[in-house]
Amino acid sequence: MSNNLPLVSVLTLLPFAGGIVVLLLGRMGRSVARLIAAGVATVAVAYTALLWSRFQPAFAGMQFEEMHAWEPAIGLVYHVGLDGLSLLMLAVSSIVVLMAVAASWSNPKQGPAYFAFLLFLETGLFGTYTALNFLHWFLYWELSLIPAFFLIRMWGGSGRARAATQFFVYTMVGSITLLLAFLAIFLASGSFDFIELARMAQTGQLATAIGQNLHWHPWDSSHMMMVLFCGAFLGFAVKTPVVPFHGWLASAYAEAAPETTMALTGALSKMGVYGFLRILLPIFPEQMWRARTVLLWLAIASIVLPAFAAWAQSDLKRMFAYGSINHLGYCILGIVAVAGSTGGQASLVSDKAAAVTGVMLQLFSHGITAAALFWFLALLERRSDGQTGLNDFGGLRRAMPVFSGLMGITLFASLGLPGLMGFPGEFLIFKGVFRLDGWAASLATFGLLMTAVFLLTIVQRVFSGPLGERWTGMPDLTLAERCMLAPAIVVMFAVGLYPQLISGMVHGTVVHFAGLVGY
Amino acid sequence: MLAWTIYLSFLGAVAVTLTPATRPVVTRFLALLTTLAGLGLAIVAVAQNRSGQLITIVRTPWIPSLGIEYHLAADGISLVLVLLTGIAATAGVLFSWNIDRRVKDFFALYLVLIGAVYGVFLSFDLFELFVFYEIAIIPKYFLIAIWGSTRREYAAMKLVLYSFAGSALVLAGMVAAYVVSGEHTLSLETLAHFPFPVHFQMWAFPLVFVGFAVLAGMWPFHTWAPTGHAAAPTAASMLLAGVVMKLGAYGCLRVAMMLFPRGLDPWGFRVFGFGSWQQVFAVLAVIGIVYGASIALVQKDLKFVVGYSSVSHMGFVLLGLMTLNQIGLSGAVYQMFSHGIIAGLLFAVVGRMVYDRTHTRDLGELSRIPLGRLIPFAAVTFVLAFMASIGLPGFSGFIAELEVLIGAWRAFPWMTWIAGLGILIGIAFSWRALQATFFGEPATAKAPEEVMPPISVPERLGAYLLLASTIVLGLYPRLLMDLILPSLNGPLFEQLRQGGWR
Repeated sequence: MSNNLPLVSVLTLLPFAGGIVVLLLGRMGRSVARLIAAGVATVAVAYTALLWSRFQPAFAGMQFEEMHAWEPAIGLVYHVGLDGLSLLMLAVSSIVVLMAVAASWSNPKQGPAYFAFLLFLETGLFGTYTALNFLHWFLYWELSLIPAFFLIRMWGGSGRARAATQFFVYTMVGSITLLLAFLAIFLASGSFDFIELARMAQTGQLATAIGQNLHWHPWDSSHMMMVLFCGAFLGFAVKTPVVPFHGWLASAYAEAAPETTMALTGALSKMGVYGFLRILLPIFPEQMWRARTVLLWLAIASIVLPAFAAWAQSDLKRMFAYGSINHLGYCILGIVAVAGSTGGQASLVSDKAAAVTGVMLQLFSHGITAAALFWFLALLERRSDGQTGLNDFGGLRRAMPVFSGLMGITLFASLGLPGLMGFPGEFLIFKGVFRLDGWAASLATFGLLMTAVFLLTIVQRVFSGPLGERWTGMPDLTLAERCMLAPAIVVMFAVGLYPQLISGMVHGTVVHFAGLVGY
Repeated sequence: MLAWTIYLSFLGAVAVTLTPATRPVVTRFLALLTTLAGLGLAIVAVAQNRSGQLITIVRTPWIPSLGIEYHLAADGISLVLVLLTGIAATAGVLFSWNIDRRVKDFFALYLVLIGAVYGVFLSFDLFELFVFYEIAIIPKYFLIAIWGSTRREYAAMKLVLYSFAGSALVLAGMVAAYVVSGEHTLSLETLAHFPFPVHFQMWAFPLVFVGFAVLAGMWPFHTWAPTGHAAAPTAASMLLAGVVMKLGAYGCLRVAMMLFPRGLDPWGFRVFGFGSWQQVFAVLAVIGIVYGASIALVQKDLKFVVGYSSVSHMGFVLLGLMTLNQIGLSGAVYQMFSHGIIAGLLFAVVGRMVYDRTHTRDLGELSRIPLGRLIPFAAVTFVLAFMASIGLPGFSGFIAELEVLIGAWRAFPWMTWIAGLGILIGIAFSWRALQATFFGEPATAKAPEEVMPPISVPERLGAYLLLASTIVLGLYPRLLMDLILPSLNGPLFEQLRQGGWR
């Protein structure tokens, strides 16, 4: 195993160090803290871009790998590396965190500690997306939970205590089942390494090892694997979230400050989908295949029901919160459909590749779009004295034309209008899934429809109609805000018009994932 | 040189009594210097003996007619616990900086306790170990009875009675071992290789094990622990939970399991479904884990919450010991260290940072004081201690509990699930305590904000010391594992490995 320069480790620890500096220098005032935070977040984006430029897209395996023995007695080996998926997630998280820092720039309530927690969260994200050994992956997975909890708990709205507790309890339960499942896998196989476990799963060694070492009469190895799969699945299902494990989401997203929710929905929720791709699909392909019907129904439920729920809300934050479940539901649908179709015919493989590419694009586009939407809400909330109700506004396009225009673009990107970022991802997912599981794709289109309905409702109620008297003097976006938002809007068009930007980068990884389940 | 940890502590105790009563600062610094010297010696010893092999420090005849020797030695397990004692003792002095009543007496008793604890961990003669073990009981009584709080005399007496009851069992086992072996010696090194008859081990093992386990807080003999912890002054709680409970666990491993390993063998018949002492004690350990956590969940007094959490965490030590495999045993030793640090930290925050400022430990009252804003440093420390205590990765508790669970899974899978349930309850009660203590909302929006004395420098230093220990050992467990594993694989535990080891 070749050991490269510790590029990935440095990137992971960079925000953490930045957060410490922010805390130490925080006494000098909020403006110093935010400057450092913005600097660190920008460096992280640039650093990711550097990795992006040195990345070889055609190569399916891990790149920039680092491997060091740590505590062999418990299978702890420091192992990090990047493939297309990891790199994509690094890009999303670094951009989203930078956006969150920018959004908090002029919110006086959010002091130095806020920026420090955001940076700590970024380290947790980077670590989760690059670690390849379960134990230190789990460390980052849990560590990202702590700053997220405090961001909700300390800077949220009136119901923040309850929301934060709910968030913590839900994710903790999922984490524990995940931990127990991996403990059992380690006991049977002696490895915590994702790559090694995936290899064992592909060759059938994992099932054999489980059968030999975890003999629990009257369960045989396939029962045991199913139990372990359920444990791991729960961890990711809560985080994503998949309906019916989404109970924490709406109140957490709505009670947290919108700047916090940007990071939660833009970056943190991707951890769940990442787990599906990095862990469930390679290590439990057979179990996913066996459970495909249930999983497909869960995916459909996650697409359709939240779209209806969003429509029924009267608060913009809650609408977008439910919209977030819906959008990530497409990712789950794509992954499950890929896992649920066996056989290695060439046509199937190309459909699977399409679906996986779509999932990747969707991950990226949802991260940016959802973060941008909550950014707009943050701007709106500051101007309206905290009002974010659907019916509180009306006719805003007359008072704030630029704001309405840019938010409109983002809303359309979110509902998947061709030419904007959301389209290629959803299109490719449906293209793939229609061939793999036609009925599931058909049912999921109801979700597409309802998303359009509720997003257009927002456009109608907030931007059109007569301008409310209260809002006549509402200031439009300032120059600084326009400049900060512009790059995000540019990205929405760029990826929408030229999806190759993303899909070209992840090509090797997509082929790898699509070929995983040909057993 | 390691022997000086003992002598220095006793000398320090004497020196402290000679300091002028009008200058408590001198007394404090002298105590701090003494404990720091002990910590320094422990670190040097750990740095020098990286292999964890047994090294003899002193060995001279003491009572030749009985074959009793003065024998100090250390293997990796002793070193780990000596290091723990050094850290906990130093932190304890830092968190006792504000003691202003009978300062000299306090630190003198404190240092005697420390010296005795070092003595137990370094003794390799059973009689000598027992003497140090008894010496440790006396200062505990006075520390609680004089400087304690809630029902201090009751708690102090309860602690002493339990300790003596446990000692009596140990003494009986010790005398029996002396007579049965007929080797005219109480040297642990010699007895560890002596093949005691199996039927003898069958009753000597539970006797000695229970005797020591009383002090380790094994359910149902744990009831001294929460009352004692709650009544004791901060530094004494830190030492009680951090180090004294480890004396018991250490005795279980070093004496009961090392000398009488066949006592763990199956009986050959079943009583109530139990087929061996191993199963009996493992079940008691698991009950302790779940019971301690459950009781902690409903306590109103913050110190009782932490006190019962100690019972729960010590259950992991006992469960690890009963797994009888390498990973479980090393996890048990690691947990002894880890819990020592974390319990110290929790008691420091609860007893010193919170109680000394608010004069209440009632969760209901605390939840009406916005402590998180008034003393943010304490809040941050408590959050980190809380994370360490529930075994989040990156802290020493994670490594320890992980190893114990892996070991337990190999020995008795279904108990692992129950222990896992205990961890869940642990998260719940820590969560509740954290929320109520630091994130409570004042009843009225404009409650008059109390002014709290700021967190002092000694408190900060103590908190940094303990936090650094748990994080460093959480991230780099080999630092101690390299000491523990060779000791478990060494000649002393040969009989244990040949016995029930799997």
